[in-house]
Amino acid sequence: MEGNMNLSLKVWRQSNKDTAGGFENYNLDSVSPDMSFLEMFDVLNEKLVVEGKEPIAFDHDCREGICGSCAMYINGRPHGPLKGVTTCQLHMRSFNDGDTIVVEPWRAKAFPVLKDLVVDRDAFDRIMSSGGFISVNTGNAQDANSLPVPKEAADDAFSAAACIACGACVAACKNASAMLFVSAKISQLALLPQGQAERSIRAEKMVAQMDAEGFGACTNTGACSAECPKEISMSNIARMNREYIGAKFSSTAV
Amino acid sequence: MSWFSQTLTSSIGKKLLMALTGLFLITFLVIHAGINAMIFYNDGGETFTHWGHFMGTNPIIRTLEIGLVAGFLIHIIDGFLLWKTNNDARPVNYAVNNPSANSTWYSRSMGLLGTLLLIFLVIHTAHFWIPNRSNQFATGEELNLYQMMLDIFKNIWVVLIYVAGCFSLYWHLLHGFKSAFQTLGWNHVKYNRFVSFIGTAYAIVIPLLFALMPISIYFGWVQ
Repeated sequence: MEGNMNLSLKVWRQSNKDTAGGFENYNLDSVSPDMSFLEMFDVLNEKLVVEGKEPIAFDHDCREGICGSCAMYINGRPHGPLKGVTTCQLHMRSFNDGDTIVVEPWRAKAFPVLKDLVVDRDAFDRIMSSGGFISVNTGNAQDANSLPVPKEAADDAFSAAACIACGACVAACKNASAMLFVSAKISQLALLPQGQAERSIRAEKMVAQMDAEGFGACTNTGACSAECPKEISMSNIARMNREYIGAKFSSTAV
Repeated sequence: MSWFSQTLTSSIGKKLLMALTGLFLITFLVIHAGINAMIFYNDGGETFTHWGHFMGTNPIIRTLEIGLVAGFLIHIIDGFLLWKTNNDARPVNYAVNNPSANSTWYSRSMGLLGTLLLIFLVIHTAHFWIPNRSNQFATGEELNLYQMMLDIFKNIWVVLIYVAGCFSLYWHLLHGFKSAFQTLGWNHVKYNRFVSFIGTAYAIVIPLLFALMPISIYFGWVQ
């Protein structure tokens, strides 16, 4: 069809966690500019299957930018060239005919490569289970207006809760730091009345788990926020620092 | 580990130490630049020597100087520890990376700029601070720092090293000043623009003032 593109792809292939990987080159003809980036990979994989080759493993689920599964480092940037967009919502019209596109997995010690472009993001789950929750006793549901929440606090908490835990912040950060993710999760609960009971122990435990996973520290370059598909603000990291330092110096947990 | 050392060795704790010592060193630079700027009176070093004598002999200042050395050491050692943590966090680098799309080069190069500043600091203290204090310990007499400046800055290479040091300081401060406030959690809509403005102004004025000293002496504007 007219307007379709011919592309060269350089994709990271790695058979498992323990073997060394490398780049493979693929040529893909007649790519529609209306395809999403993942649909382009589907087409490539179908071609590989027909040729009797191993298809490229990559994470995906909802394909509408809300699940946080897709994770590709495209031409040196997480989720590709657009701002506030996940890989699945990136379309081939953002590229030009004849382009060479380099695709790598997230690179971090805490995110080991499992296969090709799939990385193990269980570290995020372990950080969440260390304190990223509220304890709710069972019983009758409360009246909706019994817990007043200021509009601004609700808005800020909602903006932080928009984090889909894709890990682009870690991928973009020169230190592979997870602070934007952890700060969003700490913030969304610290801002709401339901989060107050476990507020200080949450900050202490989640930061301790984040460090134990081997993520780096923050240099405040702002790369995480600039590349975040949900545009989570750096002000969350400042809030996390306040929460953590405040908790460490005032909580009774020794 | 006690809660205190646990806090200071955590990722946020290390950053807290960097921010606190960084801001402390920033206040030191104001005093340092202020007193050295007395050479611009161009009175043969009279005003400069007067204040230099006060700073070099006043017991309160001399006691605070121990804190200054500690501040430098903590900032330097903690910086290397952070560099190690951050470097270890990504054992395999990207083959293709485009970080300039999301951040400034100097914000990503604080370790490099800090190392350049450390090299400069060694050269700079070997020129003035170490010989002067050694002489004070040995004989109780201060050296003529003003005359030493006039002599040392006759050499164009020394002047160029000092100017290069000032450039490193400019970029280090341009990111470091604002970064310290963010690390301390001072991110607030009412103050962000103010902190950013002061940070940029400070990063320009202080290194410029320092750079003008060797340049002015080399060209004989200050005698």
